[in-house]
Amino acid sequence: MRTSFINQLIEEGKKNDKIFLLVADLGFSVVEPFAELFPERFLNVGIAEQNMAGIATGLAMEGYNVYIYSIGNFPTLRCMEQIRYDICYHNVSVKIIAVGGGYAYASLGASHHATEEIGMLRTIPNLTVCSPGDPEEIRAITKFTSSYQGPCYIRIGKAGEPEVHKKFNKEITTITPGDILNVISGETTAVFSSGGMLEYSATFITQNNLHASLYSFPFVKPINLDQLLILLKKYKKIITIEEHQLQGGFGSAILELINDLLDCKLLTKSPEIKRIGINNAFYSVAGTQNYLRNLAGIELNLSDFEK
Amino acid sequence: MNSSQEFSKAIRKTTIEMVYRAKASHIGGALSMTDILAVLYNGVLNINPKEPKQASRDRFLLSKGHACTSLYATLGLKGFFDVKELENYATNGSIFLSHSSHHIPGIEISAGSLGHALPVSCGLALAAKKKQEAWKTYCLVSDGELNEGSNWETILLAPQLKLNNLILIVDYNKIQSFGFVKDIIDIEPLVKKFEAFNWQTYEIDGHNHEDLEKTFISCNNKDLRPKVIICHTIKGKGISFMENKLLWHYKSPSEQEFADALKELG
Repeated sequence: MRTSFINQLIEEGKKNDKIFLLVADLGFSVVEPFAELFPERFLNVGIAEQNMAGIATGLAMEGYNVYIYSIGNFPTLRCMEQIRYDICYHNVSVKIIAVGGGYAYASLGASHHATEEIGMLRTIPNLTVCSPGDPEEIRAITKFTSSYQGPCYIRIGKAGEPEVHKKFNKEITTITPGDILNVISGETTAVFSSGGMLEYSATFITQNNLHASLYSFPFVKPINLDQLLILLKKYKKIITIEEHQLQGGFGSAILELINDLLDCKLLTKSPEIKRIGINNAFYSVAGTQNYLRNLAGIELNLSDFEK
Repeated sequence: MNSSQEFSKAIRKTTIEMVYRAKASHIGGALSMTDILAVLYNGVLNINPKEPKQASRDRFLLSKGHACTSLYATLGLKGFFDVKELENYATNGSIFLSHSSHHIPGIEISAGSLGHALPVSCGLALAAKKKQEAWKTYCLVSDGELNEGSNWETILLAPQLKLNNLILIVDYNKIQSFGFVKDIIDIEPLVKKFEAFNWQTYEIDGHNHEDLEKTFISCNNKDLRPKVIICHTIKGKGISFMENKLLWHYKSPSEQEFADALKELG
């Protein structure tokens, strides 16, 4: 996904000379093609994320659309106050890119597990929070953000994630904030997948021959209420899945929206909701991304689906 | 305004009126930087009060936003807005918050959390270089604020980027929130620190208008290093009973103190 991101950013950079890329000394063997093509619009600020966020704010105030890039918690939690107060309060065009969402850097330990940032970021006004699920989604989101005037957070995986939409003969031409994307059409039960859980969810449904639907949510904030409402009325049961703490994450966002829709009577009855994510825990053992996902209980269960 | 001296007196008077009326804090730090503002806004900065967002303007970023009253007074007196609007300072619904706000004409960024404006200033100065524009970025920080690590991230990077269009001003009034700077984190030797970080460093009396003006002009030079002007100042400067007293980081003047202060200013 990071390669899809940088390739798309290069395409946008060719058309738009306001696109600027800052890195905090990470992105080796990823960002170089951008730096080579646009040396005047690339800067490695060194290992200093607070400064990176501040510099991005200054550049954006002068008309640049600035992408800041680093791993997981570094361009997010490390400079959370700069994101809130400099970028979002001043509502400037800075796009925060975190690679290694969730347990993508599993064996590197808790410092590199990006499992709380969505909960923190989605409370900040003006910020659009994106968590694309496959290379096609990141391409569409990069394209969209290249001309969007305002702050965005984009959580991406690592490298080598498969194309999911293409596999199911779906094509994303454009994307609008809040869009919910259908991947598999089924009955009664729907899986709402956030970010990197998309491929796992698609494989689980197809390999087990389940008659369930699958939707990808490339945005945690906003979520299109009209589209959501249709799904809430259509399905008896919804399973949310995310590589993030359950507290404050994607599933929480869905529950909040359901509550508000019930409250304003747009929805009369909520479907049954099952949330899958990390339950308030750190994991301190080595392993692959899948190993840690399983350990944290981020897995679908056959018992949650109608036979 | 005829001279920066008269201007600074008017800023002090307006500042004290605002703080008294609103029963607000932070007058000490507002008064310590008043002479710096008076000189900057009396011919040094290329600004147009009638067109505060003019692209060619110099950017001035106040980082110690808690001391905003004297900046508001400066901008009001310069005509960025009707100075009478300052009567609403810190009242319900007013845009004149007790920390500087970018919603006010003439203010580039909001600043309430310390250590934010210098990195942003670095981004502005970098943008000016990239766009090959001649305007300069001035950033005013407090001494206590240099405790914040984010400042030092910029102090490390700016010389690498050869940002000689970035001018950092330190209002070195020697007192921070809990006491004397030297007793909390002694930042000395400050000149040597900046020199070691490869900044072109000036050290002056931050209340001497002639020195201030001369130094700001000196900053227009061919040297590629960013500039820092360490201004030795006195917290509460201009009102004898407020000078060099920690109490005036917090206290607002009583009726008697307000009258005494106005009398001192003449």
